[in-house]
Amino acid sequence: MDWDKFKVHGEPLIYGAMASIVLATIGIIVGLTYFKKWGYLWREWLTTVDHKRIGIMYILAALLMLFRGGVDAMMMKLQTAAPDMKFLDSQHYNEVFTTHGLIMILFMAMPFIIGLMNVIVPLQIGARDVAFPRLNAVSFWLFFFGAMLLNISFVIGGSPDAGWSAYFPLASIEFSPTVGNNYYSLALQISGIGTLLTGVNFIVTILKMRAPGMKLMKMPMFTWSVLITNVIIVFAFPVLTVALALMMFDRLFGSQFFTMANGGMDMLWANLFWVWGHPEVYIVVLPAFGIYSEIIATFSKKNLYGYTSMVFSMLIISLLSFLVWAHHFYTMGQGVMVNSFFSITTMAIAVPTGVKIFNWLFTLRKGRITFTTPMLYTLAFIPIFTIGGVTGVMLAMASADYQYHNTMFLVAHFHYVLIPGAVFAVIAGFHYWFPKVFGFRLNERLGKHAFWWIIISFNVAFFPLFILGLMGMTRRQYTYSADTGFGPLSMLSFVGAVGLMIGFVILVYNIYWSTRYEPRDTDGDPWDARTLEWATKSPIPAYNFAVVPTVKTRDAFWTSKMDKVPLFEDKITKIHMPSNTGKPFILGVIFFVAGFSLVFSLWIPAIISGVGILIVLAAMSFDRDHGFYIPVEEVIATEKKLRGETV
Amino acid sequence: MNKKGPLYALFLSLILLLPGCSSIAVLNPKGPAARTLSDTIILSIVVMLGVLAVVYILYVFVLLKYRAKKSNEDYIPPHEEGNKWLEAIWITIPIIIVAFLSVVTVKTTVDVENVAADYKDQKPLVIYASSSNWKWHFSYPEEGIETVNYVNIPVHRAVEFRLYSFGTISSLWIPQLGGQKYAMSDMLTTLHLSADTVGSYTGRNANFNGKGFAHMEFEALAMTDKDYQEWVKDVKETAGPLTEDEFKNLLKMEYVGRKTYTNTHLSFSPPPGDHGDHMSNNGKEMDMDNGTTEHQDNKEIHPSPAPSSETEFNSEPNPELDEQSTTHEGH
Repeated sequence: MDWDKFKVHGEPLIYGAMASIVLATIGIIVGLTYFKKWGYLWREWLTTVDHKRIGIMYILAALLMLFRGGVDAMMMKLQTAAPDMKFLDSQHYNEVFTTHGLIMILFMAMPFIIGLMNVIVPLQIGARDVAFPRLNAVSFWLFFFGAMLLNISFVIGGSPDAGWSAYFPLASIEFSPTVGNNYYSLALQISGIGTLLTGVNFIVTILKMRAPGMKLMKMPMFTWSVLITNVIIVFAFPVLTVALALMMFDRLFGSQFFTMANGGMDMLWANLFWVWGHPEVYIVVLPAFGIYSEIIATFSKKNLYGYTSMVFSMLIISLLSFLVWAHHFYTMGQGVMVNSFFSITTMAIAVPTGVKIFNWLFTLRKGRITFTTPMLYTLAFIPIFTIGGVTGVMLAMASADYQYHNTMFLVAHFHYVLIPGAVFAVIAGFHYWFPKVFGFRLNERLGKHAFWWIIISFNVAFFPLFILGLMGMTRRQYTYSADTGFGPLSMLSFVGAVGLMIGFVILVYNIYWSTRYEPRDTDGDPWDARTLEWATKSPIPAYNFAVVPTVKTRDAFWTSKMDKVPLFEDKITKIHMPSNTGKPFILGVIFFVAGFSLVFSLWIPAIISGVGILIVLAAMSFDRDHGFYIPVEEVIATEKKLRGETV
Repeated sequence: MNKKGPLYALFLSLILLLPGCSSIAVLNPKGPAARTLSDTIILSIVVMLGVLAVVYILYVFVLLKYRAKKSNEDYIPPHEEGNKWLEAIWITIPIIIVAFLSVVTVKTTVDVENVAADYKDQKPLVIYASSSNWKWHFSYPEEGIETVNYVNIPVHRAVEFRLYSFGTISSLWIPQLGGQKYAMSDMLTTLHLSADTVGSYTGRNANFNGKGFAHMEFEALAMTDKDYQEWVKDVKETAGPLTEDEFKNLLKMEYVGRKTYTNTHLSFSPPPGDHGDHMSNNGKEMDMDNGTTEHQDNKEIHPSPAPSSETEFNSEPNPELDEQSTTHEGH
């Protein structure tokens, strides 16, 4: 066997990363053994089918990936901080920006949002779990092992180096002979299957499991956004699945779908990638709109303004998201007609998005606005995201895009969209729902410190890029000479990146500090909020609601508080719950082995693990476990305990 | 939250602090296409600043007026379902703005996709620009000249770049003369540029294509017609010919400096979608009508099996592509 292809060429940074990965792994194993936590880990987490725990694991993984993607970002910013920097070489820089993009979008923003979906959506609709709890566990473990597969590429074999969009022929075996892009095709495939299953699961959950009385137009806005997002997932992800499969065939089996010879067409990849890739942006941004809608309503003490137009604007955005993909390559020479069509569809998205902005502003109007940490992120989102939006309209103009395309202007634009549009949203949602899940709030003073660091540094880091783009600086260039004049603004951008890092460190420190010192919340509704999730106790019992609520109005919990109408009318009965299962985790592990074997063309292990996957799937299909019942007495006892009464 | 005001004042001053517009290449156009785009960009910035202003004024007003204060502790916000008229306003006005910008977009896209209006009656100077690894080859079929990593053009002359690639997708971009366009291996694309000021402009590949991407720059030198003719004459006298073997070697090299030759590679390595049967052996009498950017059937470019040969050169329409496929070593 050729061991060389497993090695990554010698650089102190990579050896450092290898050492730290090994040390961290040893540390975790020793720690688990010492504290005798293996059983706990397996019983309570690895085999769980509880939507809240799965959600927490998604968010933990996302935070971990935020750190990884953030380190990538810092390395890139340092390398381009000054002209002719020698911190990273070209190949290494290319790998770093590729993994930065992949990790931040697919393994940070998406799982963070899916994590919040998992925790909150069943609660918001008054359900006890998602429609298919085991499928949910499968989704998580496929995502997790897909993400891990991509992450080990850094130290085993080399990372993908053709950009997160992996344009062919650059990503073909001919121009990218390392295993990096094999990792790309397989890691994304594995986690993508997980995401697709999430899409199916949540559509069914939201359509079939709402509490009695909750008509579609009475759903909380976050649930609406999640429903629409999952419809997009179900339509968009199969395109990625197919594109990645063709890519894998090209790279591993010598097929010629996207290559230069034998009728292959590189432009086909670009089209397939963006037919998925543009809806993907809305997959992370729409739930963010939902999160903001909840937070704005809660902290203005008002119902959401223009609920119906909010729903319809999201529906229109989701439809248009499939009609704009070619704006990612106006410069491919498809001519005036095609470019004009895609310009107009792209600009049209500004209309429903504008509707949302104005509805939020009018929700604030006549409200009584309190500036909590989640609300601060939400309020910062409006002006910053509007900059992202209007620059989006500018980029949508095909002619002008000939000057913006591939430049730092574009980079600035999509960071101005995705950071307020997704990252601030998940941070806001994290602060907002944290007390629901853990029973205490994150500290407000530390939270606001982190907020100001993040907001100001974000603008310092990314606003200069608009100007750099117009000066002619392209994206993805690992170095530049002093006479280009890119130096000062690039340095400013680096300073902003350092500030962002400080902000995130404070944010993480806040989690630690609050866990130790923050007072515990007992009534389950610390923000005086409006939707059903706040009607449960904090922390939430496994069955969520002892009695399924009956919904009469949009902000059901708020109405019940204001009008003193009880939400829970029925008596407590025994509760049916799904049993835990280890099969999804095992399936994830086997997928990981299969993926890794395919990356390195190790056919025997790949075939064995392929058979293994089929066996586990068959075992899951014929599993006759119908769950269990929690008896009435146990439910009553748990409820009393959560209310602080002694049993 | 009113702390945000100073924040944005800071950004505004940041823009003003810049060393003027001259260092912002895109807004410092030296040709009609770039000028059209610069005007479009500035127009769109002005419109968008208007949109931003509306949102920001409303935002600041709402936050100042309705923030929770000691004095309004008893205030209970009203229940509001929405207002049809208000919502109609913020649907209609954006639609008008988008419609206006759409018209501007279509019009300017037509403008820059064609020969500039001032030079409509000229026969454009055709230059084939092809990329390989991290180099640019510029072939002047009319003059019978080929250069590497620099391109000289006469001012006040319509120039039609025909772009293609010997590998990865690259994008030819000379910001001060106009927008960019992709160069791809299986399709010829056309980029119309002209310069109206004599000067040296930075051109580069804008589309990431691997290890040497950052260094894939070239100089575009716009010179007077007289200087241009002199340069052509000078090249004819001093430079040597480009042989097929030398060209093959050139393609394999990752980086080279400037090179100049007295014939083009087009004769022995025709571009995609523009085949040898349009061309005499020395490439001088090319069929200039075939400059469209229509998708070509790939089978014509990469035939398999190879068609029966008609001439010595076009028996395998694109030998360099296949040659490179097998010999390219990656990084």
